Amino acid sequence: MGEITFMKGNEALAEAAIRSGLQGYFGYPITPQSEVIEYLAQQKPKHNYVLIQAESELAAVNMLYGAAGAGGRVMTTTSSPGFSLMQEGISYIACTELPCVLVNVVRGGPGLGTIQPSQGDYFQATRGGGHGDYYTPVLGPNSVQEMVDHVYLAFELADKYLTPVVILSDGAIGQMMEKVILPEPIQYKPNKPWATTGKTVDRERKILTSLFIQSEVMEKRNLKLQEKYKKIKENEVRFEEYQIDDAEIIVVAYGLCSRISKKVVEFGREAGIKMGLFRPITLWPFPLKQLEEIASKDRVKFFISIEMNAGQMVEDVKLAVLGKKPVYFYGRLGGIVPTPEETFNAIKEKLN
Amino acid sequence: MKDGYKLIYKRPKTLLSTRMHYCPGCFHSTIHKFLMEVIEELEIQDKTIGVCPVGCSVFAYDYLDIDMQEAAHGRAAAVATGIKRILPDRIVFSYQGDGDLAAIGTAETLHACNRGENFTFIFINNGIYGMTGGQMAPTTLEGQKTTTCPYGRETADSGMPMKMAEIISQFEKVAYVERVSCDTPANARKAKRAIKKAIEFQMQGLGTTFIEVASNCPSGWKCTPEESLKWLEEQVFPYFPLGVFKEPAKRRQ
Repeated sequence: MGEITFMKGNEALAEAAIRSGLQGYFGYPITPQSEVIEYLAQQKPKHNYVLIQAESELAAVNMLYGAAGAGGRVMTTTSSPGFSLMQEGISYIACTELPCVLVNVVRGGPGLGTIQPSQGDYFQATRGGGHGDYYTPVLGPNSVQEMVDHVYLAFELADKYLTPVVILSDGAIGQMMEKVILPEPIQYKPNKPWATTGKTVDRERKILTSLFIQSEVMEKRNLKLQEKYKKIKENEVRFEEYQIDDAEIIVVAYGLCSRISKKVVEFGREAGIKMGLFRPITLWPFPLKQLEEIASKDRVKFFISIEMNAGQMVEDVKLAVLGKKPVYFYGRLGGIVPTPEETFNAIKEKLN
Repeated sequence: MKDGYKLIYKRPKTLLSTRMHYCPGCFHSTIHKFLMEVIEELEIQDKTIGVCPVGCSVFAYDYLDIDMQEAAHGRAAAVATGIKRILPDRIVFSYQGDGDLAAIGTAETLHACNRGENFTFIFINNGIYGMTGGQMAPTTLEGQKTTTCPYGRETADSGMPMKMAEIISQFEKVAYVERVSCDTPANARKAKRAIKKAIEFQMQGLGTTFIEVASNCPSGWKCTPEESLKWLEEQVFPYFPLGVFKEPAKRRQ
């Protein structure tokens, strides 16, 4: 049994990283996630991890690459503009196949945008984000508890598939305080035979690179990555359903919007409208099959995706539904969080 | 002495016998050899991790029989930082060119030096972008012609060539900075000595060590290897003087 406490999302995530056996953290302060590095700096004397406040997110992600390659259990956290800067490194890390965790506590964009919560980085996170053909598993926590649980899960997936894993949170989940159960610390015993730790006489040298200048070799590495992504799609899809069994209207939402949408479903049920909530937990791989199955049910009238952006995940919902049912969208932009009332009204409009 | 022959020269065991892609007359291969000789002599092959950059030495890991990581263009100092911090008892070096270290990676370079990261920079300054076909570098000399300054570098446009050894030596936590070359046997021996000293200082945990090699690029400079040595002596050394810019204070007895 873990420890029950009351914590801010960003700090809970930092504490979870420590308990997961964090060996290195590299980051650059940016609102609304600076509490992560502050918390780790505060706790550092009690632990044995490396902590560097880097000169930029570019430097941070490349320190992460070096440290991951040296065999460390390592993490960085940032918010949207910083996550854009990190894309270069993520592409290299994905191709080199190094395990690490990156957290994006999303704020409103584009550009310098705002420091308020947003889901505007969905496309960037779920489509790789950087150059080249790659994906990263993307987890979408919707509570402070999941800010903790997803750190454990992210490190586990990173080690299992040798891939960077992204936690796509937002400014509200990062800043809000909730009850949280902190699991017991892990005694992390890494088994990383590929790590560059120095060539001993009994082994060949280890080269960590994403450079394969011959097209045939580069294609081979690409196919290896695609094979891995196929496995991840088969085995790691996670989602949650709420009142779906008899639902005629399927609200699809992740992260903070799934919390709002749960309330919306309750409004609907009180008004005699059979609504249900489908919540993707892994945003990549996206629960395509599960949504397609729901779309095949005769009782289902339409889907509506609720997001804090101009409509990004709705494209994945459409891909899943494959035209079987109408797919609508409602969202707010620029750091505004939709209220359950306005969201409910938007859904009611579609009923008419 | 064996069968009347005396071994006076050999390839270090730490240097693989792979055929190098470097152009004839280029110093890269010489510096590779010195670095690997030092690693062999100090018996640190099992402790050494190198970081390759983007540039002519992007394939360095094909030649060096040690663990290596490839860095994105300009990020070698950040990658080396990550490795050294996770494995502080290992010997780490970054091997970078002028475009990598002094243009796209200036921020990473300066901040690693400012933190006094305890690894060694091997900085090959040949005043040009060799790998991409001879474009202007931050270290291209005033008036020097390249494919992107075909009429010669205009300092009004592009500023002055950056003197990295001089800049780096200003940082408090940097232990050792020397600019060397390989244009003569005497200078080549000095270059090897400097690399060895840098690695030894790193082993002693003294802070950042930085070896700048005033190097050549016959292909990019569009001249013969021999002419490139003359250019070094007449044009490069007056602006980029060889010598020690910073070294650890001598320990008192």
